[in-house]
Amino acid sequence: MRALWASSKGRGIIYQVLLSTGLVFLILLLVANAFYNMEQRGLKAGFGFLDRSAGFGIVQSLISYDETSSYGRAFVVGLLNTVLIASIGIVLATFLGFMIGIMRLSPNWLVSKLANIYIETFRNIPLLLQILFWYVAVLKPLPAPLDLFKKGESFLLSFNNRGLVFATPVPQASFSLVLWSLFFAVVVSIGWVLYTRWRQKTKGSQLPVGLPCFSLILGLPLAIFFLLGSPLDFTSPVMGRFTYDGGTTVVIEFFALLWALVIYTAAFIAEIVRAGIQGIPYGQSEAAYSLGLKRGQTLKLVTIPQALRIIIPPLTSQYLNLTKNSSLAAAIAYPDLVSVFAGTALNQTGRAIEIMFLTLSVYLSLSLLTSLVMNVYQSHTRLIDR
Amino acid sequence: MKNWLKDLRYWLQENLFFSYKNSILSVVAGLFLFWLAYQLVNWFFLQAVWVGTIEDCRIHQEGACWPFVQVRISQFLYGFYPSEERWRVNIILFIFFAGIGLLVYERTPYRGKIVFFMLCVFPLLSWLVLRGGILWLTDVPTGRWGGFMLTLVLASVSIVSSLPLGILLALGRRANSLPFVKAFCVVFIEFWRGVPVITVLFATAFMLPLFLPASVNFDQLLRAMVGFILFSSAYMAEIVRGGLEGLQRGQYEASDALGMSYWQSRTRVILPQALKLMIPGILLTIIGLFKDTTLVLIIGLLDFLGMIQAGIADPRWGSPNVPFTGYAFAAIVYFCFCYSMSIYARYIEHKFSEGRERR
Repeated sequence: MRALWASSKGRGIIYQVLLSTGLVFLILLLVANAFYNMEQRGLKAGFGFLDRSAGFGIVQSLISYDETSSYGRAFVVGLLNTVLIASIGIVLATFLGFMIGIMRLSPNWLVSKLANIYIETFRNIPLLLQILFWYVAVLKPLPAPLDLFKKGESFLLSFNNRGLVFATPVPQASFSLVLWSLFFAVVVSIGWVLYTRWRQKTKGSQLPVGLPCFSLILGLPLAIFFLLGSPLDFTSPVMGRFTYDGGTTVVIEFFALLWALVIYTAAFIAEIVRAGIQGIPYGQSEAAYSLGLKRGQTLKLVTIPQALRIIIPPLTSQYLNLTKNSSLAAAIAYPDLVSVFAGTALNQTGRAIEIMFLTLSVYLSLSLLTSLVMNVYQSHTRLIDR
Repeated sequence: MKNWLKDLRYWLQENLFFSYKNSILSVVAGLFLFWLAYQLVNWFFLQAVWVGTIEDCRIHQEGACWPFVQVRISQFLYGFYPSEERWRVNIILFIFFAGIGLLVYERTPYRGKIVFFMLCVFPLLSWLVLRGGILWLTDVPTGRWGGFMLTLVLASVSIVSSLPLGILLALGRRANSLPFVKAFCVVFIEFWRGVPVITVLFATAFMLPLFLPASVNFDQLLRAMVGFILFSSAYMAEIVRGGLEGLQRGQYEASDALGMSYWQSRTRVILPQALKLMIPGILLTIIGLFKDTTLVLIIGLLDFLGMIQAGIADPRWGSPNVPFTGYAFAAIVYFCFCYSMSIYARYIEHKFSEGRERR
């Protein structure tokens, strides 16, 4: 034993044995306690409860769901709501964040200061406070549907304190032609982009890309749509005695959470973008200016493509943060994964272990997947020194 | 006088009106900024109700309702802590801020000893004084703790305990010769960093009672603290790891060459240098933790934001400007704390980078 302790390798072995026995002992203790406590409460471990009827309603779901649906389906509904808010939030936060970050670097003093005020304000106020502010102070006091419409009145679109209410579009059979034309337009646009790139590489001359593609993707489906005589019906919501019936509702909690998440995350993304662009030596911009490129072109063609190598890893971790932060939905009861499953379902069934296990593994696999992709990305984009 | 005007004109030309496009942009941005400042001053000061009751706030809705804050300020600060015992909180708060003030001022003597006192002695002392139940101090159960005091307690507990745990975890993660220790540290860090904070709080709030013997009774606050300690030490570990990796290899090799043992080399050579590099990162993590303390509101603890939220939900104070006032007040307080920390972090970073450039 003494000889073992004398060498650093031996001490390492002793440390590891101590840690592992301690861990095993701790885990055994916890598991034994859990079994005992669950027996006392008359709970049986297992995921069988997922098939049982949940018995609670969810105000917004992307798939069909009602009180008789199972807990498993409630899990999927919550997961989809999380995915919905995270994906829309990521797109909007990226746009806003890049805009603010580039504004922050503007040579115009006022514009740069404005961006700085935005960043410092929203980064230094807790997200939960911002969510509650938008929800309780701003969006909840909007007029109720009852104040906006008379009984029996039908309407196409309304933003009130219940959320965004609009007439549900019901496509007729010929509507698929519009979708096909959209698909066709996208394919042609991609082809056009590839052709112009090839042309620039081989002949050096540039052709317009943005406007033609944009007008094709927007114009062609619209033209087909009107040629076919608007093959889309709408079932309008109709005002009843207290509330409306029919139509599609995006709940107000969605907008409160989305708005707060986008504003908060954009402040962080702006800082990342600023740091990334500043990380590129100024000589790159100077070289571009002396080649005759304008500031916008320099940013788009020279600075940002190089800065992306620095920007993308922290940017993805912000995307992950946004997704994780969307779980603050529990504070305002937007039906996301945490609030539906780890909240309502857990309270009803009392199956803390199984439900927390499922919830945590969703977020955990997401973050592990992201860091895996990032590791691959970083090893691909690492600059190789000469 | 003339010179001064010339300077201003030069500055304006250089920074605001250097091209047609930017002149227009400057005018638009200036107008927007002016409008924003006017609206804020108007709402916060000119149109605000300064003294009176909720009735006055309902009549003058176009400005802030400060009576709402005045009436409830003691609840916002102390929660439901018994009013005749609040001197205890005041003493602890005084020591807390005095200690931080002494540490920030660079010419204070014995800064190392103050750091030790603030990190090791003070937390225990404040727990004993706030909780009471010893000597002549009456017992104040944690259920009555609340308001800004609770926010500070949660933030300090997670910061104080996350530093040593984070350092240990980071050292473990870099211990290549101990594969089992390394694996444990990696799994621990990645697990708590990978899940949302609110699920950690849910997990400790609902699952801790299941995993402990029935005789051990953890109150709600302790459960929240366990959650905070778990994930904050994982966050801190990543910062420490960054600092350890930022140190030159030569430092490790030199201390090995001098025949130092692992712990000698870490505590005398590596950590003193690495910790200095990490201070900005640690401060940023602390800002994040400070903001995250608001999440306890979701598991039913009434911290600073929780007390304000409870005040806003009070139907007796129903008026459209009350929520705005409450949230604005909370936002200003949180902003002051977080922003001053981030300024300090930037200052330290600047100071250290200067030192390194001089070499």
